[in-house]
Amino acid sequence: MAEDGKQELVITREFELPVSLLFKAYTEADLVAQWMGTKVLKLENKKHGSWQFETADAQGNVVFQSHGVIHELVPNRKITRTFEMENTPGSAIRFEAQLEFLEFDHLTDDTSKLTMHIVYRSVALRDQMLRLPFAQGINMAHNRLQDIVRQLN
Amino acid sequence: MNLRRDVFQALADPTRRAILLLVASHSMTAGAIASNFDTARPTVSKHLQILTECELLEQHQNGREMYYSINAKKMKEVADFIEPFRAMWDDRFNKLETLMKNYKPGQ
Repeated sequence: MAEDGKQELVITREFELPVSLLFKAYTEADLVAQWMGTKVLKLENKKHGSWQFETADAQGNVVFQSHGVIHELVPNRKITRTFEMENTPGSAIRFEAQLEFLEFDHLTDDTSKLTMHIVYRSVALRDQMLRLPFAQGINMAHNRLQDIVRQLN
Repeated sequence: MNLRRDVFQALADPTRRAILLLVASHSMTAGAIASNFDTARPTVSKHLQILTECELLEQHQNGREMYYSINAKKMKEVADFIEPFRAMWDDRFNKLETLMKNYKPGQ
């Protein structure tokens, strides 16, 4: 949900998983690495802890780096953290830190719900993040095209 | 970029989304649309202008009345634009679910 002209975004999802397993997927580095498709350089699951991810493409080139700090962590309940994409020098896109409230809800013994409430500095920055996968998709298609063209030469 | 014509900016407003829902099934006049809201008529007119400027709404004349209807093509464009973001999270969450369903404690 992208609402009200507010610089916010709410993402919800229900899982066929006990809430403890859902929470674990967010706090164990090797699990995060697997489902997020990223390298986890650092993940300190505690108040005042910090985290750092590095995502590479299929060729091993680093596509983006992200980092932040953990503000609050209540096991199986809540993670409050910041998220910031590392800026690429010379890139037209500038990122700023965003605040993320992750709430983990027990539904039944086998099901749970995640609510991600993200607060951006401005509506424009939120929209930029919303469009990013679209832009990345275009770039990836463009790169693939370049690879094909190179092979033809 | 004129922010007011930005389609995402237009959709960010709850009244404007309500207007789009109203006219989704059949075209309506500005008066008929306004009668569904407590908001002052000029405010509704402003919303209609913004929605028309960013092509989410289409205007067409019928006699003396101007009717507004939804531009399905533009709506699909917007949905397609956000789709990669939705798909990215859907994909990640599907992976998370599969991964944790196979998770064995102490692993």
